[in-house]
Amino acid sequence: MITAAVLAALATACAIGSWRLTTARWTYRAPRLAIILWQSLGVAWGLATTGAMLAFGVQPYGIGVLPGLVAFVQGEAPGTAWDPLHVLAMIAGLTSLTVLVVVLISAGVHALRARRRHRTLLALISRDDPGVPGVRVLDHPGAAAYCVPGLRSQVVVSEGALRLWSRDELAAVLAHEAAHVRERHDLVLLPFAALRRALPWSKVVCEAQEQVELLIEMAADDRARRYCSPRRLATALLRFGTAGAMPAPSGMLGLHASNVMARVDRLIKPAPELPRRARAGIVALSVTLVTSTPFLWIIQL
Amino acid sequence: MDILWVESIPLTAREVGRLIADRDLAPTTVMTVLDRLTRKGFLRRTRDGRAWRYEPAESRDSYIAELMLGALDMTGDRSAALTRFAQAVSGDEAEILRRALTELEEE
Repeated sequence: MITAAVLAALATACAIGSWRLTTARWTYRAPRLAIILWQSLGVAWGLATTGAMLAFGVQPYGIGVLPGLVAFVQGEAPGTAWDPLHVLAMIAGLTSLTVLVVVLISAGVHALRARRRHRTLLALISRDDPGVPGVRVLDHPGAAAYCVPGLRSQVVVSEGALRLWSRDELAAVLAHEAAHVRERHDLVLLPFAALRRALPWSKVVCEAQEQVELLIEMAADDRARRYCSPRRLATALLRFGTAGAMPAPSGMLGLHASNVMARVDRLIKPAPELPRRARAGIVALSVTLVTSTPFLWIIQL
Repeated sequence: MDILWVESIPLTAREVGRLIADRDLAPTTVMTVLDRLTRKGFLRRTRDGRAWRYEPAESRDSYIAELMLGALDMTGDRSAALTRFAQAVSGDEAEILRRALTELEEE
């Protein structure tokens, strides 16, 4: 009973923490740390929510969640008889655990398929440009720059983007994309995109995904600024935003201009780094979250 | 693929092979490639006597448009398939950015 209660409390704490984190502004000063915190909040929340239900469900066995589940699968009879409440908790816990796992896997498969089609099409219609070696060029007047992540990542820019940016700006953009490739930001994004598919009605999940999307851009900006002038990256960003890349289908665009401005502001006037103690505190919190939930799955309080 | 896009009529594998003049390709190689593209849905083929005639399933421009929509995150499914430089901005919002850009450039 205590395990279930603690896990439920942890799940609630994670939900509240996530909700607070969606409006936090310190995250812009340390995007990498914020991403780690988001990831650990996500893992802890998932394990705590399902764990709370399962912990209550396996209570008749009188052992921890994981040993209890093993006993349940092996068909052992519990110490005390099943009653409807525990059966219900068991069903709910197993269902949500399955949903989480299935959604995560299907999101991965979906992304891989989309990427494969994208890559085949690129092979058919993109071309090399002697001006930008190693980059695929797409003949389209609109501006776009992105990367197709994978084991062999490809950076793609459109003809319109080549014309839009100056040489220095283009170098800055390519440094930004190279950072995405290097740090495998697509893998960071994947679970959040999956969670959004699973819980499309949840405002916190939507905002979490948007926050993480913005944070990985900031993290890539931070890496890119080591290799290029931050000012050029900022003007490239603004020029891209003003170019009106393509006539947009309605109902899709939202707060993106403010996101662009937030990125430009931190490139031009970088805020001071977070104090060492705050950084250490965030790391400690993340580690605690990630280790405590699996621990609570194994032992019985 | 480029050849099939340039020609407006469906071609046979032999004709495609002849049009790829700069490279000496075995007819079977051309056929394999065409067959593979057909299976992936990029080409359509019709029977013409003993040979197949191939034509693109969609125009080159529509494929480019598809890639661009994906690139600008306008397809509506926010999957994590690609990582982008920045997301698209609507018309009114672009004005804010334009002002910031002129400010930056004047400094």
